[in-house]
Parts: sequence; C-alpha cells; structure tokens
Amino acid sequence: MTSRRFNKLATRIGFWVLVAVVLIYAIFPFYYAVITSLKPSSELFSVSYWLDSLDFSNYAQIFSQSSFVRAIFNSILVSISVVAIALLLGITASYALGRVRFRGRTTVMLVVLGVSMFPQVAVLSGLFEVIRGLGLYNNPAGLILSYTIFTLPFTVWVLTTFMKQLPQELEEAAIMDGATPWVTITKVFLPLMWPAMATTGLLAFIAAWNEFLFALTFTLSDHQRTVPVAIALISGGSQHELPWGPIMAASVTVTVPLVVLVMIFQKRIVSGLTAGAVKG
Amino acid sequence: MASVTLDKINKVFGRDHIIKGIDLSIGDGEFVVFVGPSGCGKSTLLRLIAGLESITEGELRIAGDVVNDLPPRERGVGMVFQSYALYPHMTVYENMAFGLKLAKEGSETIKERVMATARILQLEDLLHRKPKALSGGQRQRVAMGRAMAREPRILLFDEPLSNLDASLRVQMRNEIARLHQRLGSTVIYVTHDQVEAMTLADKIVVLRNGSIEQVGSPQELYQRPATRFVAGFIGSPTMNFMPAELLGGDAEGCRVSAPGLGKLALPQDANGQGAGAKLTLGVRPEHLRLAEAEGNNRFEIVNVEYLGNEVYVYLEPKAGDTLLIHRSEAPSHWSIGQRVALVPDLEHVHLFDAHDRALGIAKRSRAA
Ligand SMILES: Nc1ncnc2c1ncn2[C@@H]1O[C@H](COP(=O)(O)OP(=O)(O)OP(=O)(O)O)[C@@H](O)[C@H]1O
Ligand SMILES: [Mg+2]
Repeated sequence: MTSRRFNKLATRIGFWVLVAVVLIYAIFPFYYAVITSLKPSSELFSVSYWLDSLDFSNYAQIFSQSSFVRAIFNSILVSISVVAIALLLGITASYALGRVRFRGRTTVMLVVLGVSMFPQVAVLSGLFEVIRGLGLYNNPAGLILSYTIFTLPFTVWVLTTFMKQLPQELEEAAIMDGATPWVTITKVFLPLMWPAMATTGLLAFIAAWNEFLFALTFTLSDHQRTVPVAIALISGGSQHELPWGPIMAASVTVTVPLVVLVMIFQKRIVSGLTAGAVKG
Repeated sequence: MASVTLDKINKVFGRDHIIKGIDLSIGDGEFVVFVGPSGCGKSTLLRLIAGLESITEGELRIAGDVVNDLPPRERGVGMVFQSYALYPHMTVYENMAFGLKLAKEGSETIKERVMATARILQLEDLLHRKPKALSGGQRQRVAMGRAMAREPRILLFDEPLSNLDASLRVQMRNEIARLHQRLGSTVIYVTHDQVEAMTLADKIVVLRNGSIEQVGSPQELYQRPATRFVAGFIGSPTMNFMPAELLGGDAEGCRVSAPGLGKLALPQDANGQGAGAKLTLGVRPEHLRLAEAEGNNRFEIVNVEYLGNEVYVYLEPKAGDTLLIHRSEAPSHWSIGQRVALVPDLEHVHLFDAHDRALGIAKRSRAA
C-alpha cells in the first residue's frame, strides 16, 4: 500500500524533473541571450545568470545602424510576400488537387512531395543561375522566389489534405447556389480552412524569416540583406572582437515577433496539424 | 414550377453503366418519389437532373427546354442534401441568402425572400444562429429553406430525412407534404423508405439496377405491381410469395394450384401460357385469412407478434419453406403451435410468370 503510494509519488516527481530539464534545455539559450543583450558590454564576460540592472545600450546601438533597420524591413517584406504568395497558390492548387478529378492527380502530388525533398545546397548553384538570369540578383524578389519554391510543396500538401476532408456535399451545395469555383474557394472553403492556413502560413513565415543560406548567397549589398545575414555580419571594433551584446540584442529583436505570432496562432496550429490525423 | 422530361437518359461512370435508358415525364407541380434498393442509381439520377453529374446520353428537358449543358444555377433547381451541407460558418440567414447574393439580387429582395421563406418554415427565431447551434429537425428546415429561397422551379431532395430519428421523421414528412400543397412546386424526392414514398408521392418511380421497374401512383403500385420486385418492395410487411402451377386458363381467368392453398380460380389472364407453366403466387399479409379447417390444416403458427393495433402471425408451411406472414387487426385469438388453413382473398392474389412479370386481369374476368 505505502510502497505503491511511494511509487506514484516518485513517478510524479520524476515526471516534473523531466519537464524541468526539457524546459531549461529549450529555454535557457534564449533566456541567456536576453540577459546578455541587456548587459553593458563591460560586464559581458562576467558570468551571471541574473540581471542586476537594465541596460538598453545594445539595442540603442543596433537600431542606430540604418542597415539593421533596413534588414528588418527586408525580412518583413520577404516573409510576408512569401506567405501571401504561398497561401494564394497553395489554396488554388489544393482545390485542383483535392477537389477536381483529373488524370495524373496522384503523380502531381508525388512530384510535389518529391520536390520538397531536395536539400537547399543541392539546388543552390542552379537557382543562382536562374536568379541571375531573371535579373533578380541582390534583390528581395529573388529571395521571395526561392523561398516560395521551397515553401510551396509543404503548403500545397497540407492544404490539399485538409481540402480533401471538407465534405463533398458542401461544395455541391455551393454549386447549386450558383457559386463558381473561385466563389466556392473564397466564400465557402477559405473560412473553414483557417486552421490549416494559419499553420502553413506561420511555418512558411518562420522558414523565410530564419533562412540564411540563400539570403547570404543571393544578396550583395547591406541594403538588400535580411536579418539573419545582417546579424551574422555585425562586426566589432576590431577583427578580434565579437560584439556579443549587439548580436544578442539583434537576435532577441527578431525572435520576439515569431514568439508572439506562435502564441497568437498556437491553438489553430495544433488543430491544423492534427486535423488530418483522425476522422471526424 | 415546371415539368421535367427524361428522354433515354444514360449515365456511364468509367466502365460502369449506372443509369440505363430512363424515360420519364414529370408533370408541373407533381411530387415524384424515386425508390429502390441501395445502389440502384436513385441519387445518380437526381444528380443528373440537378446538373451535378453530366448526362452521358439522352436528353433532359425542363419546361420543354433541353438543359443537358446548363449548369445547375441556370436550370432553376434547388436541392436538399442528405447531410444538409449547411455552410458551417454562416448564420441561418446567410445560408439562405447565399444563393440570392450570388444571383446578384438587390438587398431588399434578398431580405424579403429570406424572411418569407423563414416564415413558411418557422425559422424566424433562428435566423442569427449558426448551424451547429441547431437541432437535427431545424437543420433540415434550414436546408429546405436554402433550397427554396431562390424560388427554384424544381425542388430536389436526396434522402432528406434519413438522419433524423423516427418520430421527427414522421413530423418532417408531414411538413414536407403540407409545404408541397402550399407551394405547389414540382418535387423530386429520393428515399429508400417505402412509407415515405407511399405517403408523399403523387407518383412513385421504382428503380432497380439503373432501370425503371414501374411508375405509378401509390395505389397502383400497391394494388397492381407490374413485377415481383415491385410487389416485394412496396408494402409492409412484405408480400408473401409461393410457387404455383398453372392448371389452365380461358377468357374469364385461370386456375392454379399452390401447395397448401389447393386449387384456386383467379381472375388473371394466363397470357397464352399452357397448363403446367411455373408461376409465382403473391398475396399480401392483409389479404390472407386464417381458418380452422379440419382436413386442411397445413400451416403451423410459429410466432405471433402483437403490435397493439394489429397482429402479425408467422406461419410455416409443412414443406418447411419460407415463413408466411398474416396480418389482422387486434385482438386475435391465434396462438403459437396451432395448425391452421390459409384462405387468400382471391381478388387480391397476384400471379407472376417465370420472368417475374405480373399477369394482367383477364378482359371478361368475373372479378373485373
Ligand atoms: N462518381 C461515381 N463514380 C463511379 N461510380 C459511381 C459514382 N457515383 C455513383 N456510382 C455508382 O453508381 C451506383 C448507383 O449509385 P447511387 O448513389 O445513385 O445509388 P443510390 O440508389 O442512391 O443508393 P443509396 O440508396 O445507397 O443512396 C453505385 O453502384 C455507385 O457505386
Ligand atoms: Mg443515394
């Protein structure tokens, strides 16, 4: 009797210890970044896990650099464009793939899935030529194009799965009411697909926001860079000094929007990701 | 309101010939019910009329105009789906107004029509609700309202009551019947519930394997089924069948012998068949009489079901064939284990030939 109770208690304690470990593992780096960003650079190398005083000089410094502000603007422009284009193309493609019966539909789906399996590096040089050929080198449009290529397969795949689950009779009711496919998509399906749209849109946003390799390769001037590259290129007073304070301040600045977005859409993300899992 | 004419309508899905040359004409304001077993093509036929499926071959006319190539909205048809398929994110009002908005009606007209429809269907208090906050019967009414709001010439129903429980089904059945009397619109209604078919229809179309088995009023189908299939499909409990042999026939009728019933003189025309032809004799449970005859007690009562207003008696022929059912008004003094004789009501006995087609009544028959 008592041993069973003891076991129960031990299990529960073990569980919470595990949770604590996972939490610390996941959150500590971010926490430390926040701490570091709020310390004056003189204190940087004295290790402490608490904040004694608030010092915003690092933030003031990065925001005083016009190239960093410009990079944030570029990142916002690129990410939002990618999300908008991916969702627009994704929703129309998923209507075709999920709703219209045509020959070779499965093949198209498999090709879409196959495309998403190429690693970025594999297509880097080819894509570079394409972007140069289109005259989009050192231009945010080039980034929008390349990110969309990598985001679309996932978007299409998830939205198609979701679209397939909407009842057939709903679409037929709309047809009987005189709706064209476009009206059916926008007035009937879209309002029902918000969870899936929020999920895929947010993931596309995060991917575009954090992307580094393409952003580094396809841009040249400070004026066209996005945030990840801009952060990597923040340099200190001399070759031997890494300005940790400003770097951390910049990192925190660009992470906060993501955290806020995820919190806003949290509920919908979960329902969107599991929507395909169980029937009903 | 309009008439509908189906002229040799065919539908082929891939390699499956689902609808096989249907000819049918539906009058203006008529209530027509398609019945038949599952998979016989009722829904497909309805969807062909709606315009949700393309017609492979044949001509469909509404009010005299060929509509084969018109999209649903230009055919002037409204449809009520089995699952209702209400737009979940719209209120009842928006559900009903959706089609009108797409038809670019003015906002005054839309409001007027929706309110008028809501009044007819008693939905006025529910207009601001979303479908998920409605009961089954209310959803059903909204689905009808949505179909009716555009004032279609023809209303199509695909098993609209099959998601409701039994008592609600009876109530909605009544509402649909009264609605039809009030509006006088042409209605085509699919069901596999023969009680719905009998109670609602002006005209019943019995389908089987994509072909029409018989078309007629409920009375015609009940009294004069054209085939054994129709005879077995219409009526509850179902008609009793037993093998019979033709003994001979003349202008006034024919004589047959059936095991357990002896020799019977019936008003049917033997239709040129000679003595010895194999027939099937059919008689409804309500057209059998039980008698305590002495030498002739060939049937054993194996079960008695008391339903309050009526009693079903299940009889086993000596030969051990399928059970026969006798129906009578309660009370009944029959009990399990008793041996009895069966006396069919000769005017209501049906005969089917080897191809399961009913034999007609002879021209100069005694009964006619
Ligand atoms: N889109 C389709 N593609 C291929 N075959 C189909 C299609 N739609 C229906 N069928 C076939 O057509 C036949 C008739 O189907 P239908 O839905 O009309 O039957 P039903 O009489 O309405 O049956 P139930 O009473 O079960 O609703 C079935 O065998 C079905 O498999
Ligand atoms: Mg059906």
